[in-house]
Amino acid sequence: MTTETIRSTVAARRSVGVSWARVRPLVIHVALAASALVMLYPLIWMVVSSLRPGNEIFREPGLLVKDLRIENYRLGWNALTEPFTRYLLNSAAVVLGAVLGNLVSCSMAAYAFARLEFVGKKFWFAIMLLSIMLPIHVVIVPQYILFSQAGWINTFLPLIIPKFLATDAFFVFLMVQFIRGIPRELDEAARIDGCGRAGIFLRVILPLMVPALATTTIFTFIWTWNDFFSQLIYLTDPKMYTVPVALRSFVDATAESSWGSMFAMSVVSLVPIFLAFLLGQRFLIKGIATTGIK
Amino acid sequence: MSALGELSALGRKKPAGQKKDNLAAYLFLSPWLLGLFAITIGPMIASLYLAFTDYNLIQAPEWIGFENFTRMLSDERLHNSLRVTFTYVFVSVPLQLAVALLLAVVLDRGVRGMAFYRSIFYLPSLLGSSVAIAILWRQVFGTEGLLNQVLALVGIDGKGWISDPSTALGTLVVLNVWTFGSPMVIFLAGLRQIPTMYYEAASVDGAGVLGRFFRITLPLLTPIIFFNLVLQIIHAFQSFTQAFVVSGGTGGPSDSTMFFTLYLYDRGFGNFDMGYASAMAWFLLVIIGAFTAANFFASKYWVFYDD
Repeated sequence: MTTETIRSTVAARRSVGVSWARVRPLVIHVALAASALVMLYPLIWMVVSSLRPGNEIFREPGLLVKDLRIENYRLGWNALTEPFTRYLLNSAAVVLGAVLGNLVSCSMAAYAFARLEFVGKKFWFAIMLLSIMLPIHVVIVPQYILFSQAGWINTFLPLIIPKFLATDAFFVFLMVQFIRGIPRELDEAARIDGCGRAGIFLRVILPLMVPALATTTIFTFIWTWNDFFSQLIYLTDPKMYTVPVALRSFVDATAESSWGSMFAMSVVSLVPIFLAFLLGQRFLIKGIATTGIK
Repeated sequence: MSALGELSALGRKKPAGQKKDNLAAYLFLSPWLLGLFAITIGPMIASLYLAFTDYNLIQAPEWIGFENFTRMLSDERLHNSLRVTFTYVFVSVPLQLAVALLLAVVLDRGVRGMAFYRSIFYLPSLLGSSVAIAILWRQVFGTEGLLNQVLALVGIDGKGWISDPSTALGTLVVLNVWTFGSPMVIFLAGLRQIPTMYYEAASVDGAGVLGRFFRITLPLLTPIIFFNLVLQIIHAFQSFTQAFVVSGGTGGPSDSTMFFTLYLYDRGFGNFDMGYASAMAWFLLVIIGAFTAANFFASKYWVFYDD
């Protein structure tokens, strides 16, 4: 078949459904917009409800606010033993430590796997990949014993130190993938200019892998901010509570009447994630598309 | 290439003869190696040992042989937690992936504003594991929650979805399906890889929308479906936060949301029955490992590699 005939056949087929072809994009848009609305409605409603007085949460499914009040925020902020500022700062400290740890330790390991030749490379690489899939439960009990014997319960150390030891192997893998895309000629050029392995890593590879470091930063930020299981286990002193643990104690401590302030603090806890999402979308989407992490 | 692809490609030989950098390499790897032994492998061995002991954190572990495992055989709550977990995994993962695939296929057709919709659909998968969303779920599916308020508008009498043992798990399934965004983004990346000429050729041969989907899209996407399936199953088996917060830490009502992980937490950190909790953890690892292996085995029969 010549190109001409192919074109005319395709055109003929299209002309049959011309009205459908016009309507289709509209139908798809309406369907997509409707599903997006259904998905996000509970979230938007939570924000709106947190700005309403008291127990309207249980009466008002709509989104109109007649009487805007920040009462819930004021009450929620001071509803627990410590002001909410404390929990936000605690979470921020854990997140900062975790991000720094992951950036330093994972980039070092990734450089070795991506660029250096050494005895046992395949073996260690396989172990690294397998460790990504290891459920935390298999190690949590002895880890807890280890850290409690070290006197680390109710400190942030059990949440931060492992990150400095590259236990989030996801990111090692993500960075290996990225470094493999950097031309080796650049390493060679630096070597000829007299750089050692450390020099190549610090002056060539690190500056070029900024996008991978950004992806790591954003994912570590979001995961650590949301992480509940390990923070629940290691932080039992209300002074040391992070945001998720504090929110959870809210659920236990409050009656139905204070749902408003609980919603308010839930909204507060989601703001950083939302900001990270807005600022870092590009890296997030790239990150999951290339490695399949959550 | 994905982590799974890497793992299966490891067997292939690489050209030898490159200069080795053992010292430098092991220096760069030292933090990771220290973590591997001190925080992963060491504790794994310790937990395997503890699985054969009676240990409450205060007295020294006492060796009891297979007692923890025989106890698991007759532990009704554990059997129930397995039922709950399996139901959750095998209902929510296929549903989640089906929704993710459907929307990915729709978005892949050059819809205007595709990036916008992609972001909107992706957002819940970042928020879904947070305590805040679990709190929201508790309200939405509560007796006087948002869902029932909306149902009341159309004259339907709702019920306490979370307080009813027959629907409580369903609310968690809905929550997991709600986070379909991340597999959807992976599907979208996969769809980009399918050459458009296949579709053009199929159109010329008279294939319709469904024909193209089932004859081209689906077969070429099977490696990505497989990848998402393995990942989401592993992930779903380990779910904890949502069930814990939605049920107020109890796994209730009537143990209907008592995931295996919740029961493990309850034994280990609620009752300091660390030996039993360790045995359970190893059992969980074996289950996840078995399902992953079965998945890989079955993949030979349905996953289609185009190279």
